[in-house]
Amino acid sequence: MIEIEGITKRYDATTVVDDVSMVIEPRTIAVIVGTSGSGKTTLLRMINRLVEPTAGIIRLDGNDNRSQPDYELRRSIGYAIQGHGLFPHRTVAQNIATVPVLLGWDKARIKARVDELMTLYQLDPEAYGPRYPHELSGGQQQRVGVARALAAEPNVLLMDEPFGALDPIIRTKAQEDLLAIQKRFGTTIILVTHDMEEAVRMGDKIAVMDAGKLVQYAKPAEILAKPASDFVETLVGASEKPFRLLSLGRVSDAVEKGTAEGEAIPGDASQRDALAELLWSGRSALPVKGEDGKPLGRVTVDGLVKRAARPA
Amino acid sequence: MRIRFDKLGVVIAAIAAYAAFLAPFATFRANRIVPGEARSILEALPATTGPLLLAIVVAGALIALLKTPLVLRLAASVVALAALATLIGVAGSFLTPAGNTFARISPASGFWLLIFAFTLLLADVLTRLNLSPWARVGVLVVAALAIGLLLISGQWNSLSILKEYANRADSFWAEGSKHVTLALGSLVAAVVVGLPLGILCHRVEKLRAGALNVLNIIQTIPSIALFGLLIAPLGWVAAHVPGAAALGIRGIGTAPAFVALFLYSLLPVVANTVVGLAGVPRAANDAARGMGMTDRQRLFGVEFPLAFPVILTGIRIVLVQNIGLATIAALIGGGGFGVFVFQGVGQTAMDLVLLGAVPTVALAFAAAIILDAVIEMTATKRRVETA
Ligand SMILES: Nc1ncnc2c1ncn2[C@@H]1O[C@H](COP(=O)(O)OP(=O)(O)OP(=O)(O)O)[C@@H](O)[C@H]1O
Ligand SMILES: [Mg+2]
Repeated sequence: MIEIEGITKRYDATTVVDDVSMVIEPRTIAVIVGTSGSGKTTLLRMINRLVEPTAGIIRLDGNDNRSQPDYELRRSIGYAIQGHGLFPHRTVAQNIATVPVLLGWDKARIKARVDELMTLYQLDPEAYGPRYPHELSGGQQQRVGVARALAAEPNVLLMDEPFGALDPIIRTKAQEDLLAIQKRFGTTIILVTHDMEEAVRMGDKIAVMDAGKLVQYAKPAEILAKPASDFVETLVGASEKPFRLLSLGRVSDAVEKGTAEGEAIPGDASQRDALAELLWSGRSALPVKGEDGKPLGRVTVDGLVKRAARPA
Repeated sequence: MRIRFDKLGVVIAAIAAYAAFLAPFATFRANRIVPGEARSILEALPATTGPLLLAIVVAGALIALLKTPLVLRLAASVVALAALATLIGVAGSFLTPAGNTFARISPASGFWLLIFAFTLLLADVLTRLNLSPWARVGVLVVAALAIGLLLISGQWNSLSILKEYANRADSFWAEGSKHVTLALGSLVAAVVVGLPLGILCHRVEKLRAGALNVLNIIQTIPSIALFGLLIAPLGWVAAHVPGAAALGIRGIGTAPAFVALFLYSLLPVVANTVVGLAGVPRAANDAARGMGMTDRQRLFGVEFPLAFPVILTGIRIVLVQNIGLATIAALIGGGGFGVFVFQGVGQTAMDLVLLGAVPTVALAFAAAIILDAVIEMTATKRRVETA
């Protein structure tokens, strides 16, 4: 659990983060969105004390984050820096191994972990391990940056726009992988992004920041349904709202009785994908199948359209 | 077919033509201090070899002048340099009257210009070949071996500079090792003091401007003046600090020379350390802190390796500078190759001046090539990419 209480950061006269309080429940993902310069990175960096707050307190699992030496704190928190920040003089493998080496893991364990992470991020350890960062593409560098943050299996992970340089296909894959890792290890993640789509997909809760202030901190559905201000409304994208809302739900939750013709859609697909498929194929209903392949029922255009409406 | 000229080749050919036909190849003197008489290539060499050398020079100049393949240019420069190096020795024995031990034969302006022209050609070829650092060091070693062989073979023994050497063989090596010790020792001292000082200047902004200014001022004090300034304090130390005199600390001699070289070396080392550390990408520093490195781990694990090529450039500057400056040490009894230079100046014996100057230049040149190669090797591996 991360408790942020009345955190303020001032540089001279300008207040960059203004009295922000929020609680991130253990084993959940909080996504911070906001315009450029709204203080997202600064807020994130106060958690691992790369920036010292002017006022306020941050507790990790009940302990003030100033209660141990800053370097020990940082070793226990994974940090994927904005714009990757890889060490140019170290190979990919050495970069990923940074924190395990600092923690004094033995060689075999480090190698196993590095190989595991590189394989996960689709970088062949044999081919890419000995390369230097400048020999990678921007997207590959970013994946190495994320792998480095994950290396020591931290309980808390801070990620500053980790997927910005990835193409849509790899980005979706990287998001899924991160969700899987988060589920498996119960990691608490704070993720900064500019991408509302990503925020809705990844976030258990979304924090919206504007000019240093926390404007709204709520579940994605609530942010979509009841934006706290015009700013949040604009950020969410008024015309996108119904689709974002649908993307939060699974087809299995929208199943109706009955049957339909054609190829069945899996129950764990998003309702948004189902609607897209219906509209594209010009049909009014699709069959739905469960994980075991058994038919569950069907989804209809009418049913989905009702779900896309503003919740009461 | 149109004839195309090589731009640098035009210059090389012009120099070579002037040097071969208009400038003297060797100088003959009845003894070591009287003014010399000029001898052209044809006069200085036996009837067969003179025209041969002229032919080699003309052919080499033509190859340089026209746009020709690199291999041919390489061969032309090497052959010309080798011919010049051997034949100047032949000229020495040819011009020396039999049994005369007073006569002095030395290379004259034409010879030096020819060497310069073909070295230029060789350097141009080597640059265009884009040799790896190891290969450049290899070329240096081969050149050094060739010169060493010529020296050992006695081919040059009839030349005046080697006659001066023969008279002073023992002191030559003694002064040589003093020279190298002075240059390297003061460099090591400057690195030992300058690196931490540079790191401190990098970390403490207030200190930076002040320290660099002081070092800049020291750099502008002429060396003779600096020696003068050091005599009094070092003399005082020798007289008042127990054991100092036993260590060889005195107002004149090696101690002030060492201190002066050390002071001159500090600025490049400190300044390059500061610049190198400042050039470390912000993101790398940031990541280092974010990953949980302590200040020490960050300094040695990230900042230092990334700043290393720049720091090494400072060390290169200092080493080359010190090898040259150490010559001045002789003025206050500090020893080194300068001893021959100043003795030679005093006796108006040009050959003796060269006996001190030539090895100094050769040392500086070799040091520059070796350190450049090292810098390139460290920089390619650690290429800094600013993300
Ligand atoms: N060290 C600093 N000194 C002074 N001002 C700073 C400093 N660091 C950040 N700021 C200012 O604080 C504000 C917030 O910066 P921050 O990096 O937190 O924004 P951000 O929300 O992460 O923006 P982006 O989306 O562009 O990354 C900016 O106006 C920035 O100029
Ligand atoms: Mg940011």
